[in-house]
Amino acid sequence: MNIDTVVNEEKKKLGNSRIPSGAIQQILAFASLIALIIFFSLASGSFLQYSNIIGILLSTAVIGILALGATFVIITGGIDLSVGTVMTLSSVMIGVIVVDGGMPIWVGIVGGILTGALCGLLSGFAIAKLNIPPFIATLAMMMIAKGLALVISSAAPIYFSDHPSFTKISLGSITPGIEVPNAILIFFIMAIIGGIILSKTILGRYNFAIGSNEEATKLSGVNVNFWKMSIYTLAGAFTGVAGVLMAARLNSAQPALGQGYELEAIAAVVIGGTSLSGGKGTIVGTVIGALIMSVLTNGLRIMSIPQEWQTVVVGLVIILAVYADTLRKKD
Amino acid sequence: MNPVLLSMKNISKSFPGVKALSNVDLELKHGEVLALVGENGAGKSTMMKILNGIYTKDEGEILLEGKEVNIENINQAQELGISIIHQELNLMRDLTVAENIFIGREPRSAFNFFLKDRELNKKTADLFKRLNIELDPHTKVADLTIAKQQMVEIAKALSFNSKIIIMDEPTTALTETEIDSLFVTIESLRADGVGVIYISHRMDELKRITDRITVMRDGTYIDTLVTKDTEMSKIIQLMVGRQVYIESKPTSINENQETILRLENVSTKDHLKNVSFELKKGEILGFAGLMGAGRTEVARAIFGADKIESGSIFLNDQEVKIKSPKQAVEMGIGYVSEDRKHLGLLIDMDVKTNMAMATIKNFTKGNFVVSQKEMEKVAEKYVDELKIKTPSVHQKIRNLSGGNQQKVVIAKWLLRNCDILIFDEPTRGIDVGAKGEIYKLIDELADSGMAVIMISSELPEVLRMSHRVIVMSEGRITGELTSAEATQEKIMEYATAVN
Repeated sequence: MNIDTVVNEEKKKLGNSRIPSGAIQQILAFASLIALIIFFSLASGSFLQYSNIIGILLSTAVIGILALGATFVIITGGIDLSVGTVMTLSSVMIGVIVVDGGMPIWVGIVGGILTGALCGLLSGFAIAKLNIPPFIATLAMMMIAKGLALVISSAAPIYFSDHPSFTKISLGSITPGIEVPNAILIFFIMAIIGGIILSKTILGRYNFAIGSNEEATKLSGVNVNFWKMSIYTLAGAFTGVAGVLMAARLNSAQPALGQGYELEAIAAVVIGGTSLSGGKGTIVGTVIGALIMSVLTNGLRIMSIPQEWQTVVVGLVIILAVYADTLRKKD
Repeated sequence: MNPVLLSMKNISKSFPGVKALSNVDLELKHGEVLALVGENGAGKSTMMKILNGIYTKDEGEILLEGKEVNIENINQAQELGISIIHQELNLMRDLTVAENIFIGREPRSAFNFFLKDRELNKKTADLFKRLNIELDPHTKVADLTIAKQQMVEIAKALSFNSKIIIMDEPTTALTETEIDSLFVTIESLRADGVGVIYISHRMDELKRITDRITVMRDGTYIDTLVTKDTEMSKIIQLMVGRQVYIESKPTSINENQETILRLENVSTKDHLKNVSFELKKGEILGFAGLMGAGRTEVARAIFGADKIESGSIFLNDQEVKIKSPKQAVEMGIGYVSEDRKHLGLLIDMDVKTNMAMATIKNFTKGNFVVSQKEMEKVAEKYVDELKIKTPSVHQKIRNLSGGNQQKVVIAKWLLRNCDILIFDEPTRGIDVGAKGEIYKLIDELADSGMAVIMISSELPEVLRMSHRVIVMSEGRITGELTSAEATQEKIMEYATAVN
């Protein structure tokens, strides 16, 4: 038996083992995350300090929740370019309801989340019922939300100075013992909810089915349009939650902020192993992807690498992550 | 005689600008396998889509066990016990076997929103036990062979307790042994009183499995015949409405023809093991074998698409290293892929552009500006020569029939002045009339000195076309037969040979 046959035999064994193909990508992403953490903690003593870790998690929260929503959409084989500005519209809506309208804060929060869900529903309607490609429909929604956010706020930031408790939603802490900001807690709770929806419910099942083969799903008698709209609405609701956290953290609603977040969210999803062609993806992967993005940005900053270069590195990491995925598929 | 299970009477259906069906009748009995045949565009699919609730009929009535039914959507058809197994398998590849079978009918718990996957998998396992199918409900469909995927589709149809199962070209992607086991399944359905409507272009299968044959042509009903009393040539004649080229081929080529291509002990990393053979000018060399035997891989190795690990390839007695398809094309090798829609044609572009695609440089001024006029002239010549049915060379490929699409691919390679042309499943999805024309064309190409390699899973096709037949199994050549020696039985013997 020569080396080649031995290698081939080994490969066969690996191929036959029962590791689901998606899991390999996840393990790969997780290993990269650990490698990054080890690298940065060796490079800089301050990286592993408690305050820095909290800082990393805090900056993951908003992008992470956007990415959770985007995961659902991307698994259908679609894309949502509107999550950045819809998040802004949601937080401005809270300002309008609470500050301008004088309503209680909880009404504002519910209103903010519903605004996100409504935007998602409209995108979903355009995609499912009007047959507009997701890229175009959500590009339009991105512009509509951006414009509306400026209109309803008269293009000026709205401050929650008279509502000191609002900011606690993001920066306060309810965990006994150690101080973990609520935003981080909310991110992980949203991830758990997202994970359950994706793997344990009918919506998650049809999400994968549509992404895998939409025509076949339709021919199996599944109301594809309804489920597509539901999925975009759900993603919109996640976006709304991100809007609440964003407003609470800044203690203000900034109508000009938010554009560009959608791309970071999509990047996190892709790094986490979700396929842009649909049918494959996990919530755990997205959480890891979002963490990789913020660990990378944070670590590079600590090493005093200029922000311009940080962006370049993130771009390269995206290429690397997707290339690893294509390599794996070839085999 | 068995009682009537289904009767469709005077069915008519129009689409904007086209009358797809006019007054078509169809009758299916309990425990009967009824063939529905006709050329592409004859209206078979439209008829079946009406029965399955994908389209609604304009006129006519559908009686199920004597009672008139109104089928408005797929769910209704399923509830009435009518299932269809589509030609292009309609499975969700990223979902498991169980998830596919019970899609839309998942066992659910709280709020009808949460899934009960344990129950789902158990139901599937029970179903498999009842149907004697050996499959793991947890396997992802993407990891199954085409034949197993088809079993999933059949199991899905049977899980509805279907009374009527429509099979649309079920054997196109199956090998002979897989077809045999499909027929065993069909026999047991028949025994249970299920009615099967079987759509196929393969006459030998119709002969083996069907009781009666209903022929359609141009959206109309032609005739229904009892299979065992009918000559297949009669069926073909009814389908196409004219005589078809079935003349049998010359059995040998001129011995003095020189060898153009020779492979010596070619092996690739995963698929081929010591493949050696010769190909002469003017010869049609058939490659037979089961799916996955390595036939397409031979073509890929010659075409430079797969890397060769050891062994050598000789062109005109000179050793060559073919590292990419581009190089292969430059050396005069053409490859007509089995998947013409994805690999061979630009489906939304017109006939002339598709023909010129591989030789676009010849139609340019200064290597940049494409001359439409020149392209038109050449394209018209080939449309004429190959008898391609198209209103003009400006027609989009999408609007051509399968047979004519295939001819455009062939024209593309003829334009390149190939010496060797490799056909991979040249008539897959092409109807009988057009098949004859493709055969004739390949014969003519060989007569004019072209060396042809033809890979095919249809044994009658291999026998009908090849001067010599090479049989493969598990990446090796297990047999070589002259056309005089070759029979279906011998080929199958070699194809199932274990090393």
